[in-house]
Amino acid sequence: MTEAVIIGVGLHPFGRFPGKPAMDMGADAVRLALADAGVTWPQIQGGYVGSFEVANPDAIVGKLGLTGVPLRGVFNGCATAGTAVALAARAIETGEHDLTIAIGLDKHPRGAFAADPSVAGIPSWYGQTGLFLTTHFFGMKINRYMHDHGISHETLARVASKNFRNAAGNEKAWRRTPLTPEEVLASPVLNYPLRQYMYCGPDEGAAALVLCRADQAHKYTSTPVRIRSTSLRSRRLGAFEVQSPSFPVGEPVESPTVDASREAYERAGIGPEDVDVAQLQDTDAGSEIIHMAENGLCKDGEQERLIAEGATEIGGRLPVNTDGGLLGNGEPIGASGLRQIHEIVLQLRGTAGTRQIPGTPRVGYTHLYGAPGVSAVTILST
Amino acid sequence: MTTRQLPVAEGLFTWPPSESEPLRLIGSECTACGLVSFPAASDCVRCASDESKIRLLADRGTLWTYTTQNFRPPSPPYDGPETFEPYSVGYVELAGELLVEARLTEPDPEKLRIGQAMRLTLVPYAVRDDGTEVMTFAFAPVEESIPVEELAQTEPVEEAS
Repeated sequence: MTEAVIIGVGLHPFGRFPGKPAMDMGADAVRLALADAGVTWPQIQGGYVGSFEVANPDAIVGKLGLTGVPLRGVFNGCATAGTAVALAARAIETGEHDLTIAIGLDKHPRGAFAADPSVAGIPSWYGQTGLFLTTHFFGMKINRYMHDHGISHETLARVASKNFRNAAGNEKAWRRTPLTPEEVLASPVLNYPLRQYMYCGPDEGAAALVLCRADQAHKYTSTPVRIRSTSLRSRRLGAFEVQSPSFPVGEPVESPTVDASREAYERAGIGPEDVDVAQLQDTDAGSEIIHMAENGLCKDGEQERLIAEGATEIGGRLPVNTDGGLLGNGEPIGASGLRQIHEIVLQLRGTAGTRQIPGTPRVGYTHLYGAPGVSAVTILST
Repeated sequence: MTTRQLPVAEGLFTWPPSESEPLRLIGSECTACGLVSFPAASDCVRCASDESKIRLLADRGTLWTYTTQNFRPPSPPYDGPETFEPYSVGYVELAGELLVEARLTEPDPEKLRIGQAMRLTLVPYAVRDDGTEVMTFAFAPVEESIPVEELAQTEPVEEAS
């Protein structure tokens, strides 16, 4: 099977851009990715584009060039970008195309996501009575996790503080004001134990990746980044998951993150011990902590010590969310996971500037998780 | 003057609760594999059978986890009062049945703890313009639960007039 590699990345800044449509941000990101790869739009043979707010993101061809290219729309909630990159890679691996693109773009209104529960197949009363909020799940999951594994409120605050500090060094990030753990702990509780500065917010932005066959990469770049594996898994019965009016008693069932992670490691022939830098879904500070263990990067409860020691800082043993993560960048759903891969590509190329991790990183890991209980993992290497 | 009350949805809990038919959540049980579901489901997510029977769930359990809601949820879909009062939400484990998500009557997280005993009750989470209280299910810490007799003093109605 032919391997797919990333030869170009493009990122439109994340944040608020009044008057600028998501489609324009997407087109900017694509042009950056094409320029980075040294190719032109007419060379792109196929692609996948994801968005939550834009119903027909494939209309972006109207801005990029009407070449007749097959550009397919994809959506899997917060894991949308995982699907876009997986399918763009698959098209190369199967021999369908030699040069493909993955695009994500979004422009969310301010505030918590609002929708009718019927979009998740849940009855109306669940929304009417104030239960249909994904933030409840994050608060409840970390509350139970802290109880079971001895994680402190201070550790939650340290994670948030780290990600805002990393974002401060990223000119394309949204929340660039550093906050101390004390300032994070002084912000109001939104969903106990999670506070205002422990949550990411929906915002705006776009990202794109250009992929090609590994055996042709030399034509475009001396630093291709290999897509070693992709995986997407949905929740299994018995897992404690977002948007669940109930779930069965019995032996605990692992989250789709654990399932996707294990599958991705196995397909890549790479283990957690090989990961040099990771991007983990930090919808909130608690999620980053839980996802460290669910992705096999530490044992449950070890986070308390690892984070106190600075292991997940840019200079640490296992840097996590070096570009500020979702906390620092916000979450334009369709683009969020491509932003993660953009950062990994910069880190593996050694071009991440002030955010560059020391040494010669070889393996990067990205992870997405969201409603209705779906996770995507992509493992990359030099 | 009695307060008119309506359930937020039909088929969610026994209504009106009475001495002969006390308050219970209405779940279902798959007749093929026995999986218990709430709200009642016609199709089983374990064995895909389409045969199920109604099962009234236990009215006592233990608190598995909890959080608070400290800002007014986006509306719609939320249709509680404009003047927002923070509330708590948790999952209560009903032994041998399932873990159910519900509002909790105690809004202070410092007064809640994982593992504490909980008891099913109803709360008026919204009040309509004509004064009708819209009732939903909730769990109360056992020592603070509202006696059933107190609920029975109000007059349930089928439809708002």
